[in-house]
Amino acid sequence: MAGTKKELIDKNGVRLDGRKWNELRPIKLQVGIMKNADGSAYIEWGKNKIMAAVYGPKEVHPKHQVLPDRALLRCRYHMAPFSVDERKNPAPSRREIEISKVIREALVPAVIVEDYPRTAIEVWVEVLQSDGGSRVAGITAASLALADAGINMRDLVVGCSCGLIGEQVVSDLDDTEDKEGNGDMPVAIMPNLGLVSLLQVDGVYTRENFQKAFELAIEKGKQIYQMQREALTTRFFGGEAKTTEVEEVAE
Amino acid sequence: MSMMKKNYVVEAIRKAQLLQLLASGKRLDERALDQPRNLKIETGVIPKANGSARVTLGNTQVLAGVKIATGIPFPDTPDKGILMVNAEILPMSSPYAEAGPPSEDAIELARVTDRGIRESEMVDLTKLGLIPGKSVIAVFVDCNIMNVDGNLFDATSYAVVSALRTAKMKKYVIKDDKVEATDELIPVPVEKTPVSVTIARLGDRLVVDPSAEEEASMDMRITITTDDDGNICASQKGEASTISPEQVLRAADTSISVGKAIRAKILEATR
Repeated sequence: MAGTKKELIDKNGVRLDGRKWNELRPIKLQVGIMKNADGSAYIEWGKNKIMAAVYGPKEVHPKHQVLPDRALLRCRYHMAPFSVDERKNPAPSRREIEISKVIREALVPAVIVEDYPRTAIEVWVEVLQSDGGSRVAGITAASLALADAGINMRDLVVGCSCGLIGEQVVSDLDDTEDKEGNGDMPVAIMPNLGLVSLLQVDGVYTRENFQKAFELAIEKGKQIYQMQREALTTRFFGGEAKTTEVEEVAE
Repeated sequence: MSMMKKNYVVEAIRKAQLLQLLASGKRLDERALDQPRNLKIETGVIPKANGSARVTLGNTQVLAGVKIATGIPFPDTPDKGILMVNAEILPMSSPYAEAGPPSEDAIELARVTDRGIRESEMVDLTKLGLIPGKSVIAVFVDCNIMNVDGNLFDATSYAVVSALRTAKMKKYVIKDDKVEATDELIPVPVEKTPVSVTIARLGDRLVVDPSAEEEASMDMRITITTDDDGNICASQKGEASTISPEQVLRAADTSISVGKAIRAKILEATR
């Protein structure tokens, strides 16, 4: 591709890791992996390794934060110091604070918070190893953890990040593509309701490319949703969690 | 970012009233749904800064100041200058703002503003390199939110763009491998004019440039930044609610068209 330093896509449209423009990295999902948490999930997505745990509904402390008509959903997205190339300071960065906020805002619409007034539901997302798309992977795991905790939900939430390499729209950016590419667009959807609960965009998109990337993210999200269903089925009806090979249809 | 006192009863009554008005296509302040509030831009208000702008959008007021110095480049971009945009919601800006460490809302505001400027490639950072790996020009834009009346995202973004467009910096020369500042003043290498447009959803209606009262009742907000060519270069959906794919695309088209008119105003004010 013209304009990109490392030739992230070759002449045949093959990306550095061998994927086509619309392929996903391998994804592995496991539900109910932690003893103490009310609900938990683990996701491996490319090189991402992320755990999500849910506690609650529980009493709200401090009490002035109580919401009289619904549950308070707390969310923390945190990266382990060893999750990235250079050690990350364990204190929450501004980036992590913002991501915690957008993850919370992506999950709340799916939780029937009105069913649990005056309580707190805590969602902890811990990135053990990070690759591109850790926030959408975190959301995908967190919504499984919420379901595992038996919390009433309208839908699952599933995310996928699409973006640009040069002027080519691609799905599911990895770390290198995120840093060297020309745009990143994380999207989270509630697949059964057909609604978007997270949308962030950076890069320079023509109106056409914007729509193409956005719609591709939704399409890929629906595909990952099938893996979420499978992981929940495995959790509650037995069997080993397995890596789902994604069948791809190239352009 | 409502910065309004949360009062459940008043909020519910006010929201019902707003939705009723919106059902007949009207807003509290009689604006059209896609009509931003009056925008006033004053530049050069802080002579000690390299560039500055006071932006008044309705009753929301933001002051942006640019300071330029030399700095050490980031290891992954040894030949590129540094651009940092930050925003602080002053405790004086609203009866509900507080002093102390920045809130989640303030951090989001600063980061979304920075992203819009950075991703549009408004400032050509390749023209701010001095000695590769050792010295570059660093441009800091700091924003003070002086008065809160909704839509801090857009007001802050307009203030940053206006301040950068009118900023002057010293011309630096390299003598014997050392950077020296000259007395000559040159403009910052500005290439584009990104314009942020924030749209709120109340019930099933999308309204441009929400006031604080509208923000207190909104379900969802989306900020979309576009550039001179009508490209989309940054976006952020906010609030704990959803948006339909159709509304996202509609919001994108609205941002492009409303952004065009606002860009003309910014260009006029910063000529």
